Amino acid sequence: MAVTRKTRSDLAASVGLTDADLIAMYRTVALARAVDERIWILNRAGRIPFVISGQGHEGAQVGLAWPLERKKDWIAPFYRSIATCLAFGMTAQDILMAQYAKASDPSSGGRQMPGHYGNAENNLLSLSSPVATQMLHAVGIALAAKIRRTGQVALTSMGEGSSNQGDVHEGLNFAAIHRLPFILVVENNGYAISVPTSKQLALENVADRAAGYGIPGVIVDGSDVLACYRASKTAVDRARRGDGPTLIEAKVIRLTAHSSDDQQTKYRPEHELAELRTHDALPRFRDELRDAAVLTDEIETGIAAEIKAEVDAATEHAEHEPDPDPSTAMRWVFAEDWPSEMPPAWGLGGHRAAAGGNHGTAGEGHGTADEGHGAAGSEGGGR
Amino acid sequence: MALRTFIEAIRETLAEEMRRDPSVIVLGEDVGKKGGVFLATDGLWAEFGDDRVIDTPLTESLIVGASIGAAVNGLRPVAEIQFADFIFPAFNQILSEASRMRYRSNNGFGVPMTIRAPYGGGVHGALYHSQSVEAFFTHIPGLKVVIPSTPYDAKGLLRSAIRDDDPVLFFEHKKMYRSVRGDVPDTDYTVPLGRAAVTHEGKQITVVAYGLMAHYALEAADVVADEGISVEVVDLRTLRPIDKETLLTSVRKTGKCLVAYEDNRFGGYGAEVSAIVAEEAFDYLDGPVTRIAGPDVPGVPYNHVLEDWFMVNPEKIAAGIRKLAAY
Repeated sequence: MAVTRKTRSDLAASVGLTDADLIAMYRTVALARAVDERIWILNRAGRIPFVISGQGHEGAQVGLAWPLERKKDWIAPFYRSIATCLAFGMTAQDILMAQYAKASDPSSGGRQMPGHYGNAENNLLSLSSPVATQMLHAVGIALAAKIRRTGQVALTSMGEGSSNQGDVHEGLNFAAIHRLPFILVVENNGYAISVPTSKQLALENVADRAAGYGIPGVIVDGSDVLACYRASKTAVDRARRGDGPTLIEAKVIRLTAHSSDDQQTKYRPEHELAELRTHDALPRFRDELRDAAVLTDEIETGIAAEIKAEVDAATEHAEHEPDPDPSTAMRWVFAEDWPSEMPPAWGLGGHRAAAGGNHGTAGEGHGTADEGHGAAGSEGGGR
Repeated sequence: MALRTFIEAIRETLAEEMRRDPSVIVLGEDVGKKGGVFLATDGLWAEFGDDRVIDTPLTESLIVGASIGAAVNGLRPVAEIQFADFIFPAFNQILSEASRMRYRSNNGFGVPMTIRAPYGGGVHGALYHSQSVEAFFTHIPGLKVVIPSTPYDAKGLLRSAIRDDDPVLFFEHKKMYRSVRGDVPDTDYTVPLGRAAVTHEGKQITVVAYGLMAHYALEAADVVADEGISVEVVDLRTLRPIDKETLLTSVRKTGKCLVAYEDNRFGGYGAEVSAIVAEEAFDYLDGPVTRIAGPDVPGVPYNHVLEDWFMVNPEKIAAGIRKLAAY
């Protein structure tokens, strides 16, 4: 395809990028959307038990992640961070592998629910389900960067719902005191599952809280990819200079239910969704790039075909990968195996097995294939 | 060889490890200029400076959470929680994050971090400066829990903890800080995690203990020895991963087992020891596995009469031994 030209449109020049950069960013936004739409289809088709996604967040995520340096800087993402992860080095296949929870899933080897991405190779920290815990990890990563003088920047992202957790306060305070190379991105989509922002914070903006920590709080339109890029670039440069952290609030939209287990029509009016679609970053960015003559019919068609092939191939690959072997389920509790952490011999059919009663309790269940299975992926919920 | 108090051994080890490995940092409340409320970090700030000895705000969750991140990005943090009683704001970070990171990332990330915390009663600390909280943490797969009882073990185990690639929770009984002395070699020895020690050999009853109770168990063993009861004392040293082999070998030899722990009796760590012995040494037992533990009140009361009533002591352990010996 034709993303080889080295030209620099006025639009690209205005943000210090090349046209090829802009096209790569657009491609990442579009790829994230395509992956996201695919996993909902797979869920509805009964292929994967749970989906939590980021539709409506992709433009902001790509713009905000782009100024960071891959394999040097760090991101501690959250469960809607598909586009962030794609922008920071993970592939569509990596994301699909997590959805299918297969043995070779690079995020967790099939141990975590879908959406819990992480990848050491790309400095994307493994995430959990309790929200905002990653805040402190990113602050600690930034602390180590400062102490070790590595020049790294750590960014973490979360929803505005998570921003109410105490860990956010503790982390921002500490990052500000020590002027750490740290960026908190709050992707404000207006809802913490079902609870609107009016019941989450008394202020209009999460970013207004930054003043309380003596750091810049920046509000950016999350449907404007390049505005997000600029805000993040400023924050990254500031962090890299040693001037300390920034809180960036991106106003985004949530185009789907919270998760595949959520019925959002119960708390969200129909017209709201229709209105929100007019603020979608994907068509907006496409139009912007077309108006600037960066994106042509030919390039757009080529990207669309490439993305379809990539997502198809990723799905096909993940579908046919083996499930994890239950004999590996005890591995990596610690760096090395500890004999005393293994269940007693009779739980695995030892000399007293015939007496019964000791068999197959949950704690010993890894011993047989059937028991090791099933627990993963059947959970719904999450936040 | 040099004679050291328990806290001197801790302090020396921290300084030595920081000299040996520039990735070791210390962080916590008052650990800097003041040197910690018990002076465990005294002198470190003067030697290693602001970068490596960090006075944090009063934020336990951050102390642990930021240590996790720092560990992921190349440091070996030694976090101090001022009192074990105050560790609970960090519980989520310890349980959901530090202990699960390696497992949930399929070995993508590890958390080489040590959390030190003074625990235990008998120091007029009342409900919130006396607790033994180990049972909350020994329940967690992926977390190592260490409770040394001697300056020698404190030094060797703290070295092992700091050098370990997984999170280690290191509890220090605060009553022992200055009351317990012992010989410590000048060498760079380590005591491996996950290994118990038989600190007193005997034939009739195994007493299992750790921390301050390991001392009280030895005192009780001496008392009942005069009455003709031969007691073997197993000092667990590492609570998880537990050294089942040393424990079970001893119980299979003596045929009787008493577990002494300071924490509330119900669901305490001794319950797990009892279960292991009951499951894996049943054929060898000559009496009920017995626990001598703190009463099930929500904390150690302040008044000295009430505190004495709460605390397990050598007399209470000796009484338990006599009863079990007569069974």
